[in-house]
Amino acid sequence: MADPAHEVWAAAAPLWGWAVESARWGWQNLDDPVGPLLAEHVLLSYASVLIGLVLAVPLGVLSVRYRVVYPPVLSGVNALYAIPSLALFFLLLPYTAFSPWTAIIPLALYTLAILVPNVVDGLNQVPDHVRQAAAAMGFSPLRRLLQVELPVAVPVIIAGLRVAAVATISMVSVASLVGLGGLGGVILTYGFARNFAAPVVVGITLSVALAFATDGLLVLAQRALTPWARDRGPARRGGRGLAVRRRATAAARAGEKGAL
Amino acid sequence: MNVAADVASWFAQPENWRGPGGIPVRFAEHVYYSLAALALAAAIAVPVGLLTGHTGRGGFLAISLANFARALPTIGVLTLVVLGMGLGLVPVLVALVALAVPPILVNTYEGVRGVDPQVTDAARGMGMRGREVLARLEVPLAMPLILLGLRTAAVQVVSTATIAAYVGIGGLGRFIVDGQSQQIIEQILGGALLVVLLALAVTALFALLRRLVVAPGLRSRPASPSS
Repeated sequence: MADPAHEVWAAAAPLWGWAVESARWGWQNLDDPVGPLLAEHVLLSYASVLIGLVLAVPLGVLSVRYRVVYPPVLSGVNALYAIPSLALFFLLLPYTAFSPWTAIIPLALYTLAILVPNVVDGLNQVPDHVRQAAAAMGFSPLRRLLQVELPVAVPVIIAGLRVAAVATISMVSVASLVGLGGLGGVILTYGFARNFAAPVVVGITLSVALAFATDGLLVLAQRALTPWARDRGPARRGGRGLAVRRRATAAARAGEKGAL
Repeated sequence: MNVAADVASWFAQPENWRGPGGIPVRFAEHVYYSLAALALAAAIAVPVGLLTGHTGRGGFLAISLANFARALPTIGVLTLVVLGMGLGLVPVLVALVALAVPPILVNTYEGVRGVDPQVTDAARGMGMRGREVLARLEVPLAMPLILLGLRTAAVQVVSTATIAAYVGIGGLGRFIVDGQSQQIIEQILGGALLVVLLALAVTALFALLRRLVVAPGLRSRPASPSS
């Protein structure tokens, strides 16, 4: 009797209407709230991840050079990670007020829990013979670090960056509760406050799209930074599987801090 | 250090410890929301992770879905469900479950996948069936990672449950939200501090749990399949 396909379409129709309405709202409001808030979202998340990376590399290098440093550093970044983001935003409000730093400082600190272990793992997996070859060629320790060890560690570091970037981009929205959350502002101010679903859908969609686009950019960056891996071809034995796995392991290892 | 003194005096006031809006009640509510969300998420993610990890089928799909869920902004999910269903506990639980599933799923899957095939082969050679291999070998070996996933999810859920206050229900977020609307800084900080303490307690609890349920031979290793 009832055509199942027809029922599916009937159920999907409101969803389709929703999607159309949301797309229209997003397009009509591109100049006013959506575009600028998307730009703010990019700024807040990228700045946080970059600052996190700038802090994580020296911390990781120190942890590898001086083994005793690593356990306290690891406990430290894990303790930071246990502090809720909303709490940190509020704790910072009296000092940084409504400047971008109120969002950037906590978000950057969270990335450390993901990035520091990845930098350490990346540096630790540099083969000994590579290190020795560099030393035998007369590389100073600093030059060896910059030109040999860090480049070899790039895939693992970027695996961490990918996890950190996705987590940070989804977390930025929380900062809208203190008035600066990029697309979170679209969701809360235009959606929640006005009881209107279209801005919420637009905010979620753009946030997810930004996360995936950034992830893609990082994959491209890895290809650009590790030409030797590309020349050799993506190792037939489990190229993709290995990459997926490495990333998932990085996520697992980092104890990823997800949305918020 | 004026602020610290203010916060201390906020904690010292007896009326903050009494009644339905008191610290103990709010704390209990917060624990209740978090536990409910974590239990629901674990009920979804652990079986899926074990099954995909054990069979090796659907793993890519499961991980991709988890990555997608991880990219979802929690605030957005919460708002969307609130607009659909109204204020209350359900939207909060949906948002928290969406938050907690990815780390549990990814870690459970990776934990089972990471079991040395030689070990499972040996178990099969000894006559164990698939189900026994999973229950007696893969689950115990994956336990450190499963616990890590649960811990990660639990800490996130505890910290995120603060936003429950924005959709009109209780929990420690009430102190933060109401403190903000009434401009009582020490109440915001007091609420934040309580959430931090709860998150740290969760971390400690999982360290204890790790001692209890992880096989002694695995305990000395770090909770990651590091080489």
